[in-house]
Formats: sequence, C-alpha cells, structure tokens
Amino acid sequence: MIIGEFFRGLFLMIWRVATDQPEAKADLLAVFPPSARPVISAVLTVSPIIGIFATLFALTTLLERKGLGRIQNRLGPNRVGPFGILQPVADGLKMLTKEDIIPRSADALVHFLAPVVLAVPTILAFAVLPYGRNLVPVDMDAGILFFFAVGASTELAIFMAGWSSRNKYSLLGAMRAIAQMISYEIPLIISSVSVIMIAGSLSPVEIIAQQGRYLAGGFVPHWFVLTPWGLAGFIMFLIASLAESNRSPFDIPEAESELIAGHLTEYSGFKYALFFMAEYFGMFAVSGLAVTLFLGGWHAPFEFLEIVPSYVWFFAKLMGLVCLFIWVRGTVPRLRVDQLLNFAWKFMLPLSLLNLVVAAVWHFTAAWEFPGAGLGRWLLGAVMIGVPYVWLGRALSGSKKITQRTYRFAD
Amino acid sequence: MPLHYYLIFSALLFAVGLAGALTRRNAILVLVGIELMLNAANLNFIAFWRYSPDPNAIQGILFVIFSIAIAAAEAAVGLALIISIYRHYKTTNLEKMDSLKG
Amino acid sequence: MQAAFAIIAALTLVSAIAAMSLRNLVHCALCLAVAFAGLAAMYLQLDAQFVGFAQVLVYIGAVAILVVFAILLTRSGQPVPHSVVSRSWIAGVAIAVLVFCVLTRVILSSSVSQRSLPAKPSPTVREIGNQLMTWYVLPLQVIGLLLTAATIGAVIIAMNERKSAGGDHRVTADQGHGHGHLAAPTGLNEGNATSIASETGSESPAHYPQPEREREVLAK
Repeated sequence: MIIGEFFRGLFLMIWRVATDQPEAKADLLAVFPPSARPVISAVLTVSPIIGIFATLFALTTLLERKGLGRIQNRLGPNRVGPFGILQPVADGLKMLTKEDIIPRSADALVHFLAPVVLAVPTILAFAVLPYGRNLVPVDMDAGILFFFAVGASTELAIFMAGWSSRNKYSLLGAMRAIAQMISYEIPLIISSVSVIMIAGSLSPVEIIAQQGRYLAGGFVPHWFVLTPWGLAGFIMFLIASLAESNRSPFDIPEAESELIAGHLTEYSGFKYALFFMAEYFGMFAVSGLAVTLFLGGWHAPFEFLEIVPSYVWFFAKLMGLVCLFIWVRGTVPRLRVDQLLNFAWKFMLPLSLLNLVVAAVWHFTAAWEFPGAGLGRWLLGAVMIGVPYVWLGRALSGSKKITQRTYRFAD
Repeated sequence: MPLHYYLIFSALLFAVGLAGALTRRNAILVLVGIELMLNAANLNFIAFWRYSPDPNAIQGILFVIFSIAIAAAEAAVGLALIISIYRHYKTTNLEKMDSLKG
Repeated sequence: MQAAFAIIAALTLVSAIAAMSLRNLVHCALCLAVAFAGLAAMYLQLDAQFVGFAQVLVYIGAVAILVVFAILLTRSGQPVPHSVVSRSWIAGVAIAVLVFCVLTRVILSSSVSQRSLPAKPSPTVREIGNQLMTWYVLPLQVIGLLLTAATIGAVIIAMNERKSAGGDHRVTADQGHGHGHLAAPTGLNEGNATSIASETGSESPAHYPQPEREREVLAK
C-alpha cells in the first residue's frame, strides 16, 4: 500500500517537474511522516542538482577535449567507446584508482581540507539559481548576495591548497589565483549590480520575472542583454567570470607551462578530481548566474516557444555559455600577470562603474514619450558606454611603446 | 531561547579577542583580536534587534552593515600599516617596535 | 534551535580561541575564517539574512584574505624562536577574564536579557535599501567616503617608497637568505625541503619565490 503510494508520488513528481508544474514534491512527501518531511524534501531537491551537474561535468570535459581537439586540428579522445564518448568514465576510474599522495612535509590537515572547502561553496552556489518556472531550490530574498558570498569563500580554499602543499609553484599559483579572483570579483559584482539596480531586487526569481515580457509581437524578448548597459554588463560579466573560474585566457594561476598547474601541483587522485570538479562546477554556477541576470533565465527566446519546458531553455543557454568558454579557451592566448591585473583595474573597473551610470540613465529615460523614444534611449546608452570603451581602449594600448623589458629574477 | 545566551556568548567572544589582542606578540594577531571584538559587538546588535519588540525597527541591522564596512576599512589600513612597519623594522613583533624614532 | 545555537557557538568559540592561541599564524588566519563563518551562521539563525551574507562576503572573502596576505608578506608564517605571547600575558588574560566577568554580571542582572523571542518578520532587502537611502543616507555617504579614503590610504602606506630610499625599494630582495622561505609552514627547514615526496618530483628550493616581487612589478 505504502509502496504504491510512494511510487505514485515519485511518478507524479517526475511528471510535474517535466511539465513545469508547481508543488512537484507534494504527493511524494505526503507518504512520509511529517517530522521526516524537511529532510526528505531537501534530499529530493539536492540529489537531482548534484546528479545533473555531475553528468554535465562529465559531458563538458568530453566536449571540451573534443572541441579543443577540433580547434587545434586533431581528433581529440576517440578510443574509449564509440567516438570516445566513454572517455569521462575512463578518466573518472583513473582518478579514483590513483594513489593519493600527501607530500611528506605538507601540512596534512590543511592539505586534506582544501579540496573539501573548495567543493562545498561551489555546490552551495547552485542553491539559489532558478532552473525552471517552478524549479528553484531556495527562493531567497538576497539570493544574488548569497551567490557572491559563497563565491568569495572559495579563495581561501585555493590559498589553503597552495600554502599547505609547501611547494613554491603551489604557493605562487595560489597567490596569483587570489590576486586574480579579488581583482575580477569587483567588475563581476559591479556589472551585476546594474541588473540588480534596474530589477530592484536581489532575488534571482524576481530578476527573471522582470525579463519575462516580450516586445514586437512576441519576437523580441525583454532580456537585459538586449539593452546597452545589459550588453556591456553581460560582456564584462563573462570576462570576469572567465577569470573567476580560472579558465583560459586567465588561467595563469594554474598555467601548466609556467607553474606546473599551480595550487594543483601536489594533488593527486580523488582530491585532484575534487578540484577539477569544483572548477567546472564553479563555471556552471557562474554561467547559470549570467543566464539568470542577463539572458532571461528560463524564458524562451520567442513567445510561441514558451510551450517548451522552461528548464530546457535554462540548460540550453547554460551549455551555450559553456561552449563559448571552450571556444575562448581554444582561441585566446594566456595573459601575463601584469596584463591581467592591469586589465581588471584600469579597464574593467572604470567601465563597469560607468555602466552603472548608463543603467541609471536608462532607468530615468524610461519616461520618454516622444516618437522614436525607445531607439533614442538605446542609442544614448550605446554611445555613453561605447565612446568611453573606445577611448579607454585606445588610451591604454596606444601609449605603450615597445621598450626593453627589465627582468627580475629571484635571488 | 532567551536573549542572554547570545549576550553571554558575545561577551565570551569579546573576552577571547581581548585576551588575544593583549597577549600576542605579533601585530597581525593583535589586529585579528580587535576584529574578533568588533564581531562580538556586531552579534550584540543583531541579537538586540532580533529580540526588540518593535517589528519595524531595523536599526540593529543597519548599524551592523555600517560596522562591517568600517571593520573592512580598518583591517585594510591596519594591515597596510603593519606591512609598512615591517619594511622598516623587519619584524612584526610588537615588543621590538618600541622606539619612537624610526 | 537550542542545539543549533550550541553547535554554532561551540564551533565559533573553539575556532576563535584557536585563532588567538595557535603558534602558526596561517593556522590562526584559517581558524579566524572559521570563526567568522560561525558568526555568519549565528546571524542567519537570528534571521538576519542580509547581514549574514555580508559577513561572509566581507570577512571571509576580504578580511581573512587580507590577513593571510599580510602574514605571507611579513614572513610571519615561519616559526619564531621565542614565545608567541608577550611577557605580560598573565595580566592580559586576567584583564580579559575580568572584563568577561563584569559583562556577564551585568547581562545576568539586567531584565532585558530575560526577554524571549518575539515573532518577527525578517526585513526584506528592499526595506534595508529604502532605509539606507532615506534615513541613513548621510551615514552611507560618510561610509563611502571612508572606504575610498581607506583604500587610497592603504595603497599609499603599503606602496614602496621607491624614490626616497634609492635602492631600498627592493626591501624584499635585500632580505637575503636569512628570510628565504616566505610562507614556509612551521617546521620546514632547508634540510627536509628537498624531501617532498611528490608525484611530480618537484623539489622545494632553498627559498621560495616571493609573491611581493610580482606585485612590485605590477605596481609599476
């Protein structure tokens, strides 16, 4: 009897999730005693998230290796399974069966804790993203702040990894990573502040709700990326999130050819796999936030496509961004440390601050009534952000004369 | 749960910070102790806010937000000072920084 | 509620005490981060969501990192030959205990402290923002000014006095071999530095390259 109820609830839950209906868990939870419901509910929410993102992680590693292979005019992995699609399984097995080495002079406790401390916040960040119309794990009033708060705590984990390994490359890599993450966190947050300002809310659900309208007969979505400040903010957000997730071309903290993988140098086996996973999870999380803030979240690009389940759109946009990241990795060379930090402080920071002003102007010109006001608003915003972009870019790159570089060596 | 649990916990945290700030030799840890004391004070604000009978009063929260901002500024300047002093004396040991003339 | 409070309080206190008493300064900084996280959890338990997240963002994301950087830049991470507490530590502890006793006595004798938890809606972010922009707009501006001043001040203080001191701007380089390993955890000496058993076979050389060198180059 109770087993029948359980399977009925389970089936109803899956069906409701698949068809975008609310209260998906209600019937399944009714099977359990009231005291156990919060725990069961949490498990039902958390396990699919981890399962889906772990699968995406496996797929993305394969996609990345295949894609990079194609970009570099080679085949990529093609030995395990048909077309190499079982490569992630082989990689996983290899990782798990490898010996877990702790350097003899390492700080064993910190060395052990670092990957755990890194993995926890990256998974926590998934808690506030709305995956579909009724698929929000935690609808928090300060969701975006939560996301950035947990994102900020990953820096300490990277430091722990670098310091405890007692390897100069690890320490250098960790310090570079922290410098980079702190520098790019500022443009990351400021470029999302413009969205928060326009939406007037820190809640991801509310931000997505504000992007749910359609203009021009349902063919132009009201996504923030289609406004001048939104477009500029989106591009800056993407650049900063590339740096935040330590991906190429901002991968100097773990540059294999300079630092033999930086803070990852002394890690092997499962701990290395955890680091690797946390890096990809961080990339998914920050892409998910970009989708939420700028690309309309789970809304369809055209109104008539809203019949497709909402989560399909969310994950399609997410994977689109991930593919963009892979493409960037395959095409752009790695930056030098000074270029990287100069870019953050001299270019990204002023432009993202200016973008706030543009967003404010956009907000206050909403009352314009004359014919062609929409286009005029758009052009005004575009000029306000475009002209300083060109000017600043010229000023920063033009004044540089080619001189002899002075090298300093460690003595 | 009565309010004094939080207050006593906060007093304990304050005492730990104070003891650290008074006893450690390293200037950085003295600063860390001061940060702990500030945090203990913040906890008091939040606890008093939460237990105040007026549902609309959010002064406690705003005060803590300002306090966090000030603490961040203080930490940045304090640590910059310590680094600057370290350049000069080659030490962060407070007992060795006892001359008025640099 | 009680259990959650007890766990969080114990965790925070233990890590605060560890942060104030461990010998290795990097361990102190990491324990400090745990204490900050415990306090953030305490704020969340008191329904102050916004402050709890701000606490994590500012204290763990910025202050703890700053402390760590300061420890590495001043080479405080290496073991010290002498005691880590000052000569008059008994007086310091006594004062702290005294302060705690006085505070506890005051708290327990007050009628406010027996107040029980009123039902209270957590303030929305919107409410906090409205208050900040209306009644508290002057303090907000002052804070903005203070933060700007502090940022500029910190940069200027920590910047190298390159011109005045001539060759002295490479203070870190002048340290020579005595201060070789910048961030070596306790117990690392050059004898066993080369015996790091690692898959990659990397050896720890006599001295660690110094991140501040990188920053110096950047500062130009």
